[in-house]
Amino acid sequence: MTTDDTILRVEGLAKSFGTTEVLKEISFTVRKGETKAFIGPSGTGKSTLLRCINQLIVPDRGRVYLHGEEVTHAGAKINQYRAKIGMVFQNFNLFDHLTALRNVEIALLKVKGMKEGEAREKALFELRRVGLEDRADHYPAQLSGGQAQRVSIARALAMDPDVMLFDEPTSALDPELTGEVLEVIRELAQNGMTMLIVTHEMRFALSIADEICFMEHGTILERGPPADLRDSPAFERTRQFAGRFAEL
Amino acid sequence: MDQLAFIADILLPALWGGLLVTLQLIAAAAPFGVLIGAGIAVGRVYGSRPVQYFSRAYVAFFKGCPLLLLLFILYFGLPSAGISLSPFTASVLGFIFCNSAYDSEYIRGAIKSIREGQFTAGLALGMTRGQVIRNVILPQALRRAIPGLVNEFVYLIKYSSLAYMITVIELTGAGKMVATRYFTYNETFLVIGLVYLSLVTVTTIGAHLLERRVAVPGMASGRH
Amino acid sequence: MDLAAILISWFPFLLTGIVATLGLVFAALGVGFVIGLPAAIGQVYGSGPVRFLVNVYVWFFRGLPLLVLLFLFYFGIFPALGLGDVSPFVVGAIVLGLHGGAYQAEIFRGAILSIGEGQMTAARTLGMNRMQAIRHVILPQALLIALPGWSNEYPTVLTDTSICYAIGVTELLTRASVIVSTEYIAMPIYLACAGIYLVLNYTGIKALHLLEKRVSIPGFEAGSN
Repeated sequence: MTTDDTILRVEGLAKSFGTTEVLKEISFTVRKGETKAFIGPSGTGKSTLLRCINQLIVPDRGRVYLHGEEVTHAGAKINQYRAKIGMVFQNFNLFDHLTALRNVEIALLKVKGMKEGEAREKALFELRRVGLEDRADHYPAQLSGGQAQRVSIARALAMDPDVMLFDEPTSALDPELTGEVLEVIRELAQNGMTMLIVTHEMRFALSIADEICFMEHGTILERGPPADLRDSPAFERTRQFAGRFAEL
Repeated sequence: MDQLAFIADILLPALWGGLLVTLQLIAAAAPFGVLIGAGIAVGRVYGSRPVQYFSRAYVAFFKGCPLLLLLFILYFGLPSAGISLSPFTASVLGFIFCNSAYDSEYIRGAIKSIREGQFTAGLALGMTRGQVIRNVILPQALRRAIPGLVNEFVYLIKYSSLAYMITVIELTGAGKMVATRYFTYNETFLVIGLVYLSLVTVTTIGAHLLERRVAVPGMASGRH
Repeated sequence: MDLAAILISWFPFLLTGIVATLGLVFAALGVGFVIGLPAAIGQVYGSGPVRFLVNVYVWFFRGLPLLVLLFLFYFGIFPALGLGDVSPFVVGAIVLGLHGGAYQAEIFRGAILSIGEGQMTAARTLGMNRMQAIRHVILPQALLIALPGWSNEYPTVLTDTSICYAIGVTELLTRASVIVSTEYIAMPIYLACAGIYLVLNYTGIKALHLLEKRVSIPGFEAGSN
C-alpha cells in the first residue's frame, strides 16, 4: 500500500470517560476513495471514535493526521480541518430555525466566506444531489426523518470534504425511511467519496464497505474485507454478528 | 364640561411632551437591554469561570437592587466619583442595567432549551464557537425568549415612570406638575394611567405580530 | 470623617427603615393574597359579570405604573374619599397590595387551571357542592402548585416597596436618602443600602425555598395531573 493515497491516519487513539476506557489505542489508515464501516455492539466507542477524529471530543492520547497534517493539537486551526471532515449525525442536528437551503448554505457563507449567490448555487446543487431540490424552502420540522438526514448529508457535502464521517445515519429513522438515506450513501461510495461509517445496517455495510472493522470494548477486534469477515469469523462475537448477517 | 375642557386644553398638551420623553427613554433603553442581556446570558452559559461569575453577579445585583435606588446611585451617587450624568442619561443607563439583567434570564433559559446537537453540528462544519453562538444558538434562543422579552418590555414602559424621581419630566412627571398646579389628581393620574395602558396594549399586540412574523414552523415559541 | 463611624451612628435610623420596608412587604403580600386568591377563583368559576370585574381589575392594576398608582391613590382617591389623613405607609401598603393582587390573581388562576377537570368531577360525585369542592379539593392543590410562582412575588414586591419613597413613606430608601442629604456622602450610603436590599432579597428567597421544600408532597408537581 503506497502512502501517498492515504487521506486519514489514526494512531493510538485513546479516550476514557471517568474510569471507563472507551477507546484503547485505536489505529488505522484510510485511503482515498475507501469506505470503512465500523460495526459492533452499542457502547463500544464507535461514535466516540468518529468524534475524536474531528476533535469534537478531545482524545486523551494518540494522533490523527489528515493529508499528513496533524489534526490533534491543531489549536485554532481545528476549524479548518473540521471544514474538510464532513459529519452526519444520528439525530441529523439540522439547524431548526433555517430552511433546508439555508442549512446547507450557512457554513459556506460563514466558514468558507462564499458570496450569497455562489453559496446558493452550491447549496442547490447539493440538495439536487440528494434529490431534495424541491424541499429547499422547507424547515426541518416540515421534513420527514429521511429527508432531514439527506439535507444534513447535503450540508456536509457542500463543504467539499476530503472525508465523510457517518455516525449511525439511519438509527433514528423509521425502517421504511432508511432506504432513501442508504441509497444516497451508496451513491457517494460509488463516486469515490472517502467515508467512515458507523452503522448497525449489516447488510448495507457488507455491500458497500471496502473494509469492515468490528469493534468491541474500545478496540478493533477484527478487520478485513467484508468477504473475509463473513467467511472466517475469528472471534465469537464476530461470528454472532456474521450469523446475523446470514439471516438477513 | 369643565373637566373635559381641562383635559383637552391643559392636560393633554402638557402630557404630549412628557409622552415623547417617555418614548425616547424606552427606545434608548430597550435595544441595549436585549443586546446586553444576550451577552450576559451567553457569558453565563458558555463563558469561562470568571465570565460566569461576573454574569451571575451582574444579574444578582441588578435584579436585587431596587430600580429607584439604582437611579439614585447613577444620578446622585456617581458625581462623587467624578461622573456627572444628565437625568436622562442616568435613567436610560439604569433601565438598561435592570432590563438586561431580567432579559438575560429569559435568554439563558431559551439557550439551555436548544438541543446540544445543534452546537456540535455547527462545530463539525468548521464554525468557531462564536460563529455557532451567533448563527445557530442566538437566532433560535431569541425567538424562544420573545414572550419573556415582551414581558420585560412592558415592565420597562411602566418603570420608565421612575425617571421622574430623578427629575426627568416624562409622562408621569408632566402629569404630576399639572395635577399639583391645578389640584386635579384624580383626572390627571387616570388619564396618565390610560396612556400607559394604551402603550402596554399596543406593545402586546405588536409583540404578537412580531412573534408570528419570525415564527419558524415546528419551533416552539417558549410559551408554556 | 470616618465612614464606618457614620454608618454605625445612623444604623438604628436605617434599622427602623428596614422594619418599615419589611412591614410594607408583608402587608403587600398579605393584601395581595387576600385579593388575588378570590379574584382568581372568580376568574375561573365566577359568572360573567364577576369575570368581567376581575378582568378589569387585573388589566388596570397590571397596566399602570406603580408610581402612577401611588400618586393616584395618595393624592387623588384617598383625599376624595375623605381619607386624606391616612398615613403614607397605609396607602403604600394598600396600593402595593392591590398592585400585587393583580399579579397574584394571574398566578393562582394558572395554578387552578392546571388542575385536571377530573378532580372537580370526583369531588362532585362524592356529593360535595361546587364551593366545597373548590375549598377542599381544588384550592389545597392549587396553592401548592402556585407556591413557586408566588415565591417569585417576594423579590418583586421587596424592590417595589422602594417606590413608596415617592409618597413619603419612611422606608429604607427614604431613610438612606435622608442620611445622604445630611452627611453629604452619597455613594457609600446608597451602596450600603443596596447591600441591605440584596441581603433581604437573598434571605427571603432562601426562606421561601425552605417553605416550598417543607410543604411539598412527593410526586406532586405543577402539571403532574
